[in-house]
Amino acid sequence: MRFIATTSPAAEGALLLDNTADVLQRAEEIHRQAAVLLQFPKWTDGRAYSQAVLLRGRLRYVGEIRASGEVLADMLPLLRRCGFDAVQLRADQKVESAQRALGFFSTQYQTVPPERHDSQSPK
Amino acid sequence: MYAYTDTDRQFVRARAAQYRDQLARHLMGELPEDDFRPLRLQNGWYVQRHAPMLRVAVPYGELSSRQLRQLARIAREFDLQDGGTPQERGGFGHFTTRQNLQFNWIPLQRSAQVMELLADVDMHGIQTSGNCIRNITSDALAGIAPDEVVDPRPYCEILRQWSTLHPEFAFLPRKFKIAVTGAREDRAATDWHDIGLTLRKNEAGEVGFRVAVGGGMGRTPVIATEFNAFVPWQQILVYIEAVVRQYNLHGRRDNMYKARIKILVKAEGQRFVDAVNAEFAALLGEPSTPLVPQSELDRVKASFPLPTAVQPPGKAEPAHAPLATFDRWHQRNVHGHRVPGYRAVTLSLKRAGLPPGDVTADQMDGAAALADRFSMSELRVTHEQNLLLPWVRESELRALWLAAREGGFATPNIGLLTDMIACPGGDLCALANARSIPIAAAITERFDDLDELHDIGDIDLHISGCINSCGHHHSGHIGILGVDKDGKEWYQVSVAGADGSTLSGAALAGKVIGPSFAADEVPDVIEAVIATYLLQRQAGEHFIHTARRLGPLPFRHAADAVRRSTAAQA
Repeated sequence: MRFIATTSPAAEGALLLDNTADVLQRAEEIHRQAAVLLQFPKWTDGRAYSQAVLLRGRLRYVGEIRASGEVLADMLPLLRRCGFDAVQLRADQKVESAQRALGFFSTQYQTVPPERHDSQSPK
Repeated sequence: MYAYTDTDRQFVRARAAQYRDQLARHLMGELPEDDFRPLRLQNGWYVQRHAPMLRVAVPYGELSSRQLRQLARIAREFDLQDGGTPQERGGFGHFTTRQNLQFNWIPLQRSAQVMELLADVDMHGIQTSGNCIRNITSDALAGIAPDEVVDPRPYCEILRQWSTLHPEFAFLPRKFKIAVTGAREDRAATDWHDIGLTLRKNEAGEVGFRVAVGGGMGRTPVIATEFNAFVPWQQILVYIEAVVRQYNLHGRRDNMYKARIKILVKAEGQRFVDAVNAEFAALLGEPSTPLVPQSELDRVKASFPLPTAVQPPGKAEPAHAPLATFDRWHQRNVHGHRVPGYRAVTLSLKRAGLPPGDVTADQMDGAAALADRFSMSELRVTHEQNLLLPWVRESELRALWLAAREGGFATPNIGLLTDMIACPGGDLCALANARSIPIAAAITERFDDLDELHDIGDIDLHISGCINSCGHHHSGHIGILGVDKDGKEWYQVSVAGADGSTLSGAALAGKVIGPSFAADEVPDVIEAVIATYLLQRQAGEHFIHTARRLGPLPFRHAADAVRRSTAAQA
């Protein structure tokens, strides 16, 4: 997981998608981009998890998926599993807490589409 | 019961460690209350009127005596406070309609320790609150019911595992409840759930699920719509993934009262069904989408064997000498069983002096001892907030009855008026508009004559302290709803609701019988409503039949006649 400094613009070089955007409808546009930026306007608004899952699982998007907005340390395990590979934490969050959050679980009970493709794609 | 593997144990321990870290960061000030709240909710910690409430998951209602003893220990050592009325000193738990157990008095500072004690007996509070997929509920007679088509427990366990810490579905628009049944009789109120699953067999004998989506109570009671008449069991997780993904993307988030999936199903209708079916087809079209393998079903199924000691007896049991009190208990609290010579027995948690569903620490130990002696150390939590012993030998019913009487569990009232469903209400719950416990107590006191109760017969009385409907007032044959007007408690009464059981008929919300009543009028109103039924009933009619035949009006007139302080407004 890449941590984007809170001082640098998260959207640089990325297509910014609102969390109401229908990612399947915008496949062509998305595939032309090296990175997309998904939004958490409130950290408890979980729409962007499903957007990321569709990007990786349905569209086989291989570019970078970034999370920005209200990104809390405790969201990191969810973000990673749903296919995000870069985050800009909310300004008050500690990177060390986020890294620790990634380490609690060594097993999981289910797969989400991005994980299903991991074994097949070179990524 | 499902036997936890090392992986399951490690998982629950990891969850307890993660929670300890979050709590520490909260107490140090790194994690402010607004951010900590959703995290603690998803571990069952809900800050209530007096202290945090802890809701412990009892997956599909299966509980071992060892687990119940640990819950007793937690009640005794952690659920405490000094002073106040006996109700306010803690030391007890409350079983809910969703087969969970709630504590009310555990200080937040000790919460991480309690999570570790729960993990010691394979328990937790994962997803018992918050906007996520909640504890999976089922038929309390799962695996033992004579009318069962398919044992739902292995499928419930597979669903439990799938839904546990699902990374995509942890922050849905609103809570999401799934109930599963595999019997002809629906004892899990499936049509009132966000997803109601009914196991069935097709003509070829293959197992699948009827999937109904979008049921729910609250301000807008809605009965679930059938989305698919038969999803093969191997595909059920894929189907649910499709439903929940569409809900996560399209459910309303601007208004919490319109955020449940029922609103989306109502507003979008066939378009939403089509969206789910398209997502389902897309997932099935991806070769990497996993179906549930037979080997996994077999592995989980192996956790639910017929206990080896359970053997149908070779010859008929000797008949007991008749005894009226025993017969009455036998008639109400003892249920049929798929194994000849065995019975399921309800331990009533509906008795004078204690709120419906409540158990003290000593009573938990008492129920655990009964389970050890009579039921292979296993218990079930029922949707109606009682405990049930699933493996009782018919020949031991008399001994069990005597022991259950001793422990205060033998009130012969299962299915009767005093076997009411009630939420904790305003005495404990911060959301409640009004108290439920004194209303339940007053009705229990009013109807303390067993002959009268048995004459009134089968009836569902459901009491909620607010419109969140934890006490399922919508589905009660008689429903009571606490409402707040000008800072005072009032109660709305409805009749002819149905949970979807054979007795009640198809799931349906009850009809309100006039403006709300004052608290002290409620017992009289219930008495007047019951009197109307007794007067008007035709041969063989239960309350619900009479109520449906007559409609709400005669009940309204009878209730109006006993108004006192509210007489002017009616």
